[in-house]
Amino acid sequence: MMKGSSRVTENIIKTLIWAAALSVLTVLVVIIAYILIRGLPVISWQFLTEIPRNMGRSGGISSTIVGTLMVTLVAIVIATPFGIGTAFYLAEYTRRDSMVTRVIRFSAESLAGIPSIVYGLFGFIFFVKYLGMGWSVLSGGLTLAIMILPTIIRTSEEAILAVPNLYREVSYSLGGTKWQTIVKTVLPSAIRGIANGVILSVGRCVAETAAVVLTAGSALRMTTSLTSPTRTMAVHFYILASEAISFENAYGTAALLIILIFLINVVANTLINRFIAKGR
Amino acid sequence: MKKFNEKLSGRVFFILALSSISMLALITVFIISRGVPLIANVGLKNFFGMTWAPSRGLFGITPMIIGSVSVTLGAAIIGIPIGLCCSIFLAEFAPVRMREIFRPAIQLLAGIPSVVYGFWGLLFVVPFIRNYLGGAGLSILAGSIILGIMILPTIISISEASILAIPKQYLYKEGALALGLTQLQTIRFVLLPAAKSGIVSAVILGIGRAIGETMAVIMVLGNSVALPTSVLDPVRTLTTNIGIEMGYAKDEHQQALFATGIVLFIIIMILNSTAQYLTRRKR
Amino acid sequence: MAGQHKISVRDMNVWFSDKQVIHSLNIDIPSNEIISVLGPANSGITTLLRSLNRLSDLNPAMRVEGEILLDGNNIRDVSVTELRRKVGMVFDVPTPLPISIFDNIAYGPRLSGTKNMKNLTGIVEQSLREAALWDDVKDRLYTPAMSLSGGQQQRLCIARVLALKPEVILLDRPCSGLDPLSTAKIEESLKNLKAQFTIIIAPHNVQQASRVSDHIAFMLMGHLVEHGTAEKILTNPKDQRTNDYLTGRFG
Repeated sequence: MMKGSSRVTENIIKTLIWAAALSVLTVLVVIIAYILIRGLPVISWQFLTEIPRNMGRSGGISSTIVGTLMVTLVAIVIATPFGIGTAFYLAEYTRRDSMVTRVIRFSAESLAGIPSIVYGLFGFIFFVKYLGMGWSVLSGGLTLAIMILPTIIRTSEEAILAVPNLYREVSYSLGGTKWQTIVKTVLPSAIRGIANGVILSVGRCVAETAAVVLTAGSALRMTTSLTSPTRTMAVHFYILASEAISFENAYGTAALLIILIFLINVVANTLINRFIAKGR
Repeated sequence: MKKFNEKLSGRVFFILALSSISMLALITVFIISRGVPLIANVGLKNFFGMTWAPSRGLFGITPMIIGSVSVTLGAAIIGIPIGLCCSIFLAEFAPVRMREIFRPAIQLLAGIPSVVYGFWGLLFVVPFIRNYLGGAGLSILAGSIILGIMILPTIISISEASILAIPKQYLYKEGALALGLTQLQTIRFVLLPAAKSGIVSAVILGIGRAIGETMAVIMVLGNSVALPTSVLDPVRTLTTNIGIEMGYAKDEHQQALFATGIVLFIIIMILNSTAQYLTRRKR
Repeated sequence: MAGQHKISVRDMNVWFSDKQVIHSLNIDIPSNEIISVLGPANSGITTLLRSLNRLSDLNPAMRVEGEILLDGNNIRDVSVTELRRKVGMVFDVPTPLPISIFDNIAYGPRLSGTKNMKNLTGIVEQSLREAALWDDVKDRLYTPAMSLSGGQQQRLCIARVLALKPEVILLDRPCSGLDPLSTAKIEESLKNLKAQFTIIIAPHNVQQASRVSDHIAFMLMGHLVEHGTAEKILTNPKDQRTNDYLTGRFG
């Protein structure tokens, strides 16, 4: 393995590794540029504020923006307390290798791997049919809530475990109870990491299509209540594109989605970077 | 009040945790209870048969299983080597500046809605295949390329983490100092074996991601239920079968889609459990 | 008996998992004095201190047997939060919480229900003065405590304990990472505080013990070798091992 040709081989492999890395960046840039170049010119004040007309061929996408916000809001509001609560239970109330911890962690990681179409099937049969909620903001939001639960649990648990144990000891030594220690010391120290997970989950809700289309429906009119059906931006984009209704508006919607996801990532990263800087 | 909080809080956290994990059971029960009756009614022979024609009472999902396997295999062939190279690059070669660009880029790649990938594939990859390789363009190959890209974030982030988890000193001592290895030899003979279980679970989770993806491939696969004969043929996967027909399926037909969901669910649970087992054993 | 001693430890045995780390320890600690518990690393000193305010409860692998009496009452019989407010602790590294200076000091009083801002401000100022930190920080009470220097952080931790209005203060090698000037300041404030408190300190060396203590106890490998007035231990120890340690033969 140390022969004369090995230098050449070594250089070839190094080049290949660099090439692989650069090609991934290139693909990302190509996809984003492709969508933005065609989509950005479509986005205007009218596009954002008008209701879709003629199945989305003309008009804007305002009702789908509202739909996205409402479904996401329901999902976050429901999933956050359950996710954070589970994370606190795992991190503060159980031993790391206990049976309970293992069962919870196995379930959370399994939930994380379930495909979104299966979540869609479940949401359809459970919320839409079994509980009789119909295609609605609520059905869609609840389905997404279960889908993002594992993300919130994992990121929150990591943030909680990253809080130095000394902080807990200080709080106890100052006469704090467990509850006071959690609320006044652990939670404030972990809050940025937890928020990071929640914000990333917002991104997943905004981007999700398969699970939402089966549970929230695809109604185009402006949503007025939690029990009425709605169409999210991702679903709208899918329908516009797959049924070839309007590629122009599809590009516009996709561009807006990408901008949203980008902003969400920026916010999440800022939080986590400050979190790390503060911890040092 | 304080005592009350104290007693209550532990219980509240426990109840929250319990309800979170009971979702897995709920999902399992509801999907299975909706799908199993169909399999029982029409029999395993029909269900795992070669023909999917719900209007004629034929619910054979074998073409879809072949579709899922072939597209996933293609995605693995494209995604795994590139993903591994990227994680090695990030952990060992990348200049600091490059790393600072790369990590958020991978995160963005993971965040882009899958429908956007599908759309891009439809307008960019599919015509490319049609023009240069022949066929309709809507094909196993198109799906493999799109999925190959989509599983990159999963593979890169998990395998990079497992590479970075190896103590630097260990690499240095075992590789460069003790044996006089070059950087690449260190990577091949020391780093990769040490990170093996992490990398394997990254690959498994990436494959799980590919099998489970729906919206991206629905746009580029052509969705034909016929058996494919080459990578340029259209195909339908387990997921796209559900995605396409759920909108109008009724009664037995709908149950058959849930039964398709059961097969998907079982495959994913096996992959996940394997990945979890591997990472746990490492700890 | 109970009136004379602030703390009495009777037949104390401590196990960590199945390893015994303190062996049948008996000691009486007088009020309003500074007692140093001296000894090489791993002698069980930290364990002893942490048992006195039941911080040892936090470690499920640790088992404490025997009686510890505070003013004649078994510390197992009072509520643990009340005990910890009476027996405050300063750790071996400065441990400001990642909140403001003011909030750090007010942490304890707030836990026990002091909400009134005027009262809190009073407690914070008084505690900071007693810990000789007031002049350093009075203009920046609302800046993060992490921004203070190491020595200031440790005095902040002392002030934070003083704000509990405790009866006993435990200090576990409180100056181990600090420069001589900061160490001198902390020792100075400890001497001023002993009129009000009983202070138990694990000093980081013999010199510090000789500078601050009224009493000295010497521990070795989980055993209390001997204890007595500082003068007696330092000049005329009974036990050869104490002598060896004081003269630098080991540790």
